[in-house]
Amino acid sequence: MRASTQAKLWYAQRISAMVLALCVLVHLVTILYAMRGGLSATEILARTRGNSAFALFYVVFVLSVVVHAPIGLARIAEEWLNWRGRSLHVTLAAVAILLGATGLRAVWGVYAG
Amino acid sequence: MSAPLSVKIWRGGASGELVAYEVPRRDSQTVLDVVTYVQRSIDPTLSYRFSCRVGMCGSCAMSVNGVARWTCRTHVSKVVIGDTLELAPLSNLPIIKDLTTDMSAFFDKWAAAKGQFKGDSNRRDDFSDIKPSSPERKKVDAAIECIGCGVCYASCDTVTWRPDYLGPAALNRAWTLANDVRDTAQNERLRAVAGDAGCHACHTHTTCSERCPKGIEPTAGISGLKRMAARAAIRGELD
Repeated sequence: MRASTQAKLWYAQRISAMVLALCVLVHLVTILYAMRGGLSATEILARTRGNSAFALFYVVFVLSVVVHAPIGLARIAEEWLNWRGRSLHVTLAAVAILLGATGLRAVWGVYAG
Repeated sequence: MSAPLSVKIWRGGASGELVAYEVPRRDSQTVLDVVTYVQRSIDPTLSYRFSCRVGMCGSCAMSVNGVARWTCRTHVSKVVIGDTLELAPLSNLPIIKDLTTDMSAFFDKWAAAKGQFKGDSNRRDDFSDIKPSSPERKKVDAAIECIGCGVCYASCDTVTWRPDYLGPAALNRAWTLANDVRDTAQNERLRAVAGDAGCHACHTHTTCSERCPKGIEPTAGISGLKRMAARAAIRGELD
């Protein structure tokens, strides 16, 4: 892979990691806070449905995962499986699409469902 | 006088073995003293490298009880386990014989990382004015004292995993030049050090920084190169 592409991917992974660090923190704190009071699934859904701020937050979360995870997986595949090149990139593009599709579907589920 | 040292030393090439020797203990004895004793008093065919004996040349680095060190600056009392010492050639480098390694690949990587200064001034030009307090010069100062002993390279797990990785010493050298404001080969060098066999392969284990006898932190320089390469790539300067 070209040096400039590698450098850009590293940058994309670094930035997405920063976003994810914040998102995971908010995500976990929200879960702990919500569960402390013993909210049921129905009660949680009542709060998330139609909540644009909630949806926007998780869209950002999902998109960061889409950027972050395949780059990390590529590095693991290269180093541990010695798997490189086009077949790896196609596979990881599929992983990215899968992560994005299932993630956004889940966000839509709790937003509109 | 305390009990003699039980020293195991790697003998032979890659398929060699550890051979046991008994060496008398002395006060303030260094590991290099031990190796020298074996060669001069027990087996003159033992091969090893040393020169200055005072931590200036970097040629006596070996693996001492599994850890790469300068043997001349390592007191036996600091590293001995019971009465035993195990001495082997540096890891990650082909063994020539006994304690000597072939360091060609190590130095070839310095060249591959564009470790040569490239300027555009000549002898008729005035001296460059670089303030010691400037941020670039401070970064160079923190990394410039490398004497190429190979301790960091031998300690790096990433080099073990992928032998084409440039390694901490070559990248540290590139980092000093990347911060040299007189150097004119910046993008060329960033292209050479970026990528999965260059700075982006580093896993930030920091073993190089921990083991460097000069207290240099190649990990910091490698991180700096990643940031520098990212900025250059975004500006399209690495294409």
